[in-house]
Amino acid sequence: MTTTETRPAVGAPSGVQRLTFAKAINAGLRRAMADDPSVMLMGEDVGRLGGVFRVTDGLHAEFGSSRVVDTPLAESGIVGTAIGLAMRGYRPVLEIQFDGFIFPAFDQITTQLAKMHYRSRGALTLPVVIRVPYAGGIGAVEHHSESPEVLFAHTAGLRVVSPSSPAEAYEMIRAAIASPDPVLFFEPKVRYWDKGEVDLGPETGAEAADPAILDKARVVRAGTDLTLVAYGPTVATALAAAESAAVSGTSIEVVDLRALSPLDLPTVAASVRKTRRCVVVHEAPVLYGAGAEVAARLTEECFYHLEAPVLRVGGFHIPYPVAKLEHEYLPSLDRVLDAVDRAMGF
Amino acid sequence: MTASPLGPLSEDGLVRLLTPAGERVASAAYDEHASSLTTDTLRGMYRDMVLARRFDVEATALQRQGELALFAQALGQEAAQIGSAYALAPQDHVFPSYREHGVALVRGVDLVDVLRLFRGVDHGGWDPLAHGFHLYTLVVGAHPLHATGYAMGVQRDGLVGTGDPATDMAVLTYFGDGSTSQGDVNEAMVFAAVNQAPLVLFCQNNQWAISEPTTSQAIAPIANRAPGFGIPSVRVDGNDPIAVYAVTAAALERARTGGGPTFVEALTYRMGAHTTSDDPSRYRSSEQEQYWRQRDPIDRLRLHLEALGELPEVFQAELADEADALGERLRTEVRAMGRPAADQMFEHVYATPHAVVDAEREWFGAYEASFEGSAR
Repeated sequence: MTTTETRPAVGAPSGVQRLTFAKAINAGLRRAMADDPSVMLMGEDVGRLGGVFRVTDGLHAEFGSSRVVDTPLAESGIVGTAIGLAMRGYRPVLEIQFDGFIFPAFDQITTQLAKMHYRSRGALTLPVVIRVPYAGGIGAVEHHSESPEVLFAHTAGLRVVSPSSPAEAYEMIRAAIASPDPVLFFEPKVRYWDKGEVDLGPETGAEAADPAILDKARVVRAGTDLTLVAYGPTVATALAAAESAAVSGTSIEVVDLRALSPLDLPTVAASVRKTRRCVVVHEAPVLYGAGAEVAARLTEECFYHLEAPVLRVGGFHIPYPVAKLEHEYLPSLDRVLDAVDRAMGF
Repeated sequence: MTASPLGPLSEDGLVRLLTPAGERVASAAYDEHASSLTTDTLRGMYRDMVLARRFDVEATALQRQGELALFAQALGQEAAQIGSAYALAPQDHVFPSYREHGVALVRGVDLVDVLRLFRGVDHGGWDPLAHGFHLYTLVVGAHPLHATGYAMGVQRDGLVGTGDPATDMAVLTYFGDGSTSQGDVNEAMVFAAVNQAPLVLFCQNNQWAISEPTTSQAIAPIANRAPGFGIPSVRVDGNDPIAVYAVTAAALERARTGGGPTFVEALTYRMGAHTTSDDPSRYRSSEQEQYWRQRDPIDRLRLHLEALGELPEVFQAELADEADALGERLRTEVRAMGRPAADQMFEHVYATPHAVVDAEREWFGAYEASFEGSAR
């Protein structure tokens, strides 16, 4: 049968390079596969095509069809078989082609993948990464622009993360693959073409990825008057809002949550104790969203520091609208600034 | 187009090597595999079937006494379970559903541990890797995909078709007639087929999914589905331990040697209720129950061994003592299973620290400690 192939990372990209978000993930996958022969990719069209967003481009040619697996078109089957492969010692990295297609796998993810370590009292670990191109902004058809991340953050046993830049994407995909826990890795597809500097490290002998980096939120812009909390696609929106507000004299601090599970509240709370105001921005619907959790916890942790209620900017309680209306639906720069004004007005 | 002439419960064409009266009948296809069963092995099978039956009776009684929250009997399915489990090699892996107690016994799992789940002190109860016997799965039909993935891993490890019987591996998954309606079981067949995974899909058609008969799941034999996926299938008399053994041994051999997956349908009968919460008198006839009582798998093997003169009284007496001892040990050890420490619910949620779980655990500890010394 097929055998595991290991190839040296000779000629692998190295050093600091300017890459798109998609290429940064690709580089992270390549590095992880070169470093660890148990890492394998599975998904629909991830092989010769390189995925519909080309995130796995070239990996099939480099690592072969035993490690880059074009699966049958069945999401539950992809996750279910990955669970079995992980039990056997493999580290499957799965691609769910689009956010709206994860639901056939919802049962396997929430009743099986999330709970196997718990129900086996630690005898089994399932180091499975599920990559999900998610969120809107690319003018897509129905079921191709959704933000279902909180459904998974609500399930104990899963880690849920979302990078916001090429550099973060490279570091975080490697950390996710190194994690012994299942990780839902939400990739903001509107950012796939954004470019940024990524440190790919030396050609060989790069430092092992540290899964602990997934747990930490990060202050990506310092400020004194208000904290904008965002993750994934809305971090760029928040940074743009901060830039814009600075012109009119409002100093905004931007915190990139990076992870929804675990939620790094101490980093957010430290920022809010300083700025005393907070607005949370995400594409997912506001109702029961991550913003609700952040707001509730800030109220518990920093009640006497707050000068204004924690406000939220996000999706409406409607199905994702048609592409021609998504600009009005999404938390745009203007809507974020509107919330900033309201918070500053208290 | 013509519909299948056979219904899903037809006994026509089943592989059968022992009649209900215990007479051995010849089978050109399976005699070779059956011939590896020595009388010692047959007595071992009989012993395990009797012990599995005793386990069922004791566990049901423990539930009635309030010692277990629930119990799912395997009553009547002993031949399907023990016959197939005897065909497994030590290195093989089994993915059961939730009433494969007979298989657990053969795989060396302490049956006391099986009751941890039903007592409500553990979601699992044993080390799945130590026994090659994975944890029970209560979400019907979720686990054949895990078995398929595991088998794909075995392929990648180069442990299929090397010709070394000590290391070549196969994976076997048990599921019921009801679960074959689940998408996941069908997806497992798709993945197993395209990967030619070393897998045996073992369907125990016990005729009832709680109150729904197999005719609610299918209008033709369930085994007929597999060839549509490119997976050969076979229907076997699930109350005939010799036929079940032979059919499973052939399927496992095919898997181990790189021949790909096989679907086995063992037609048997759930003689008991779905679980201790169920009441079969609401939905099935006593005539049907009586019909299948006369096809009791344990009686069948007993009659066969007696006819061979291979079931001496001393063996029977020792077995009765062993069953009594098992019953007593089950009663004692289950009653002694204490409540886990409350703090234990926070363990093993994640393999690495998770700030939210850690904070909640810490809060809970402080909350509990606040009652110390009080009358709570």
